[in-house]
Amino acid sequence: MSPIEIVLWVAVPYVSIIAFVAGHIWRYRYDKFGWTTRSSQTYENALLRWGSPMFHLGILMVLAGHVVGLFIPREWLYAIGITEEMYHWGATVMGSFAAVLTLAGLAILIYRRRTVGPVFLATTVMDKVMYVFLALTLGFGTLATFVHQVFGSGFHYRETISPWLRSIFGFQPQPELMANVPILFDLHVLSALALFALWPFTRLVHVFSAPVGYLFRPYVVYRSRDDVQGTRAPKRGWDPISTPDPQRLRRP
Amino acid sequence: MKVMAQISMVMNLDKCIGCHTCSVTCKQAWTNRTGVEYVWFNNVETRPGVGYPRTYEDQEKWRGGWKRTKRGNLKLKDGGRLWKLAHIFSNPKLPEIHDYYEPWTYDYDMLLNAPAGDQIPVAKPRSLLTGEDTKISWSANWDDNLGGSLETMQDDPILQKMSESVEAEFSKAFMFYLPRICEHCLNPSCVASCPSGAMYKRAEDGIVLVDQDQCRGWRMCVSGCPYKKVYFNHRTGKAEKCTMCYPRIEVGLPTVCAETCVGRLRYIGLVLYDADLVAEAASVEDEHALLAAQRSILLDPNDPAVIEQARKDGIQEDWIDAAQRSPIWKLIQQYEVALPLHPEYRTMPMVWYIPPLSPVVDVVSGSGADGEDARTLFAAIEKLRIPIGYLAEMFSAGDPDPVDLALRRMAAMRSYMRGVNLDGEGDERIARAVGMPGEDLQEMYRLLAIAKYEERYVIPSAHAEQAHDLEEMGCSLDFEDGPGMGGAGPFGSSSGQSVPVAVENFQSLEARQTADRPSSPGRVNLLNWDGNGTPRGLFPPKGKDVPQGDMGPVQSTGKRNKGKDV
Ligand code: HEM
Ligand code: SF4
Ligand code: SF4
Repeated sequence: MSPIEIVLWVAVPYVSIIAFVAGHIWRYRYDKFGWTTRSSQTYENALLRWGSPMFHLGILMVLAGHVVGLFIPREWLYAIGITEEMYHWGATVMGSFAAVLTLAGLAILIYRRRTVGPVFLATTVMDKVMYVFLALTLGFGTLATFVHQVFGSGFHYRETISPWLRSIFGFQPQPELMANVPILFDLHVLSALALFALWPFTRLVHVFSAPVGYLFRPYVVYRSRDDVQGTRAPKRGWDPISTPDPQRLRRP
Repeated sequence: MKVMAQISMVMNLDKCIGCHTCSVTCKQAWTNRTGVEYVWFNNVETRPGVGYPRTYEDQEKWRGGWKRTKRGNLKLKDGGRLWKLAHIFSNPKLPEIHDYYEPWTYDYDMLLNAPAGDQIPVAKPRSLLTGEDTKISWSANWDDNLGGSLETMQDDPILQKMSESVEAEFSKAFMFYLPRICEHCLNPSCVASCPSGAMYKRAEDGIVLVDQDQCRGWRMCVSGCPYKKVYFNHRTGKAEKCTMCYPRIEVGLPTVCAETCVGRLRYIGLVLYDADLVAEAASVEDEHALLAAQRSILLDPNDPAVIEQARKDGIQEDWIDAAQRSPIWKLIQQYEVALPLHPEYRTMPMVWYIPPLSPVVDVVSGSGADGEDARTLFAAIEKLRIPIGYLAEMFSAGDPDPVDLALRRMAAMRSYMRGVNLDGEGDERIARAVGMPGEDLQEMYRLLAIAKYEERYVIPSAHAEQAHDLEEMGCSLDFEDGPGMGGAGPFGSSSGQSVPVAVENFQSLEARQTADRPSSPGRVNLLNWDGNGTPRGLFPPKGKDVPQGDMGPVQSTGKRNKGKDV
């Protein structure tokens, strides 16, 4: 175990997890007002109409896949009759499909961000940073899948990466499990850890307000003036709301 | 029966001159910020016309409001909850900015800094979204006074419902203004569409608001509202809407649009309604019956049973009293001249309108006949089926009878009062023809023509004493002599923490502003002086005989004029 491996596979993950959890708590307390998707649909819908659902459906499938692949020990799946071959085949086919969908959606979204004037002007620095790490994570992940799983001999991440990740969450880190993981998977994991550390400071916080409660509440909501009095001392929003910079307006 | 109170408004369209004062003052008060440049909580449309945003009334296209299912239940017209969530990533029914207009500014800098030349410099319009030069091609009242309407008028969703042959002649004969704010519906489909539960109807006064801290920018409310009165702030990514000026209403002041209305045509007051019956009334099958159903759930504030139940449901005495004096109740229920806008959307809107008689009068007088003669006017109402049809599509789901009755009563009032003024008494036959006793016509005339401020706006203050355990009392009032404590902040009157909008603060602020002594006692430096009284040492002594007390001579600055007209 070289020190660098300890840093990469023990220190970095914990730093990332702490930043993720503490960051969300801090942001929620400090900036409820900034907790939004910051939808840009009013500016443009022709591209968003395709890009956003493709990206979101894709990424939700990818997330579900990761939960199964990383957090459910394969012995459990064997127990319900899902063999290694079945899993490998299913994960690769569905994973590739989801990856293509997500990446295509992401490409549309990024293209739109850059080329549609109003959307570009409404893009914050954190948006850009977020897109870099999101794209890196997705890119390396897809590349790893294609290189090793689709065209290669198949890398058994459920023997290495998955138990390593579970060991992190079990507070018994086993960095040695990551010793022989191909570089593409390493990069995928590291860029994902960076993305998680940035997560609370980007618009990605919207993921944690996914409105499932809508399905169970009555249609019309009543509140008393007394219990809202939404008049707490206003706090500064995360993304400052200001008039567009005249210098930027002047951009040719 | 569950009695609830609702603040509502009636606008007398007969008197609207389309001056847009209401829109402008509202904008100055609420939406003069970035992100909401295109947002008009109050807008005034010329009808016939496409409205704002364009063709918002075409619910086959925008799918706002409710629909009745085969089983007789109400469902959001756009689709159920699952459908909404499935389309959350890109809302297919959300108006784009171009359905409103692209907000712009002008390159004013050019006017000052252009080099000397032969041409007079011009300030070119610049888009506020892209910063590029832009061509202004639409705005919130582009087709004002039917300007340019020949091109766009055929897109008016209401005209499209009616027969086409009448159009050309129509534009000559008939035009009126429709000022619109949020309807603060009894059955608000915006609230029902909000996935995060950030929108709510206030239990005390029925005002519909968006909780800015809870809104997550899913933008479903925008498409859910059939009147398109929820707007998306494209900077903050949150929904905003007409607030019925709740900070003013809470202290008994009318909304800004009403306060500033040039025609004094807006009425604000309470109505009591039976909250248990709302869903039932909103789902009656026959669209023509919706108006009657909505009227039937408004409760008579003078009925002892209603009063008793209202007390049980926690409505305070002064609110019951306000409901009894409410001009809204009279116009909607007693005189039946006020009608809701598009009851067929089934949201139970609570801003009602007295349909305009003036277009009819114009036609009559234009043809040389007597525009104040009851029989001529009745005949004209009878004959001018087109305006009636149009108004009926707007105010009674297409049923001409309620509009007909309202217009006849307005016409009757007109000629009855001519009788009173010229002959000393009104012609009772006119009154009987519209099923109203003469005294009622006179009363209605008083309310519509000469009612004073206090009669037009009967607004009880919110009950602050119930709100003693407010969370923010701690933070806004927590420093000695702070703005909330009746004193100025450390650096003069608007310094210190920002003061939350609440009745308590309004009252202490008003007390302070109208006090005749400075808010910070002792020697006051010029920076801290809030303009009240004459603190010692600030002005040179006036004469030898002036007593030099601790505060110096205190001159009253007088009570602040509350701005009430007449
Ligand atoms: C869990 C349920 C989720 C919901 C309901 C949701 C919903 C939304 C909505 C409504 C928007 C605004 C689109 C617009 O109108 O401009 C949005 C944008 C976005 N979402 Fe999600 N989202 C979810 C999960 C995720 C996840 C898991 C990710 C990525 C890890 C993600 C990444 C993004 C990104 C990057 C954007 C910005 C798109 C752009 O405008 O460039 N979302 N999301
Ligand atoms: S008019 Fe107002 S209360 Fe009614 S649905 Fe629209 S925004 Fe909601
Ligand atoms: S201020 Fe009054 S008269 Fe003028 S447009 Fe508004 S409602 Fe009409």
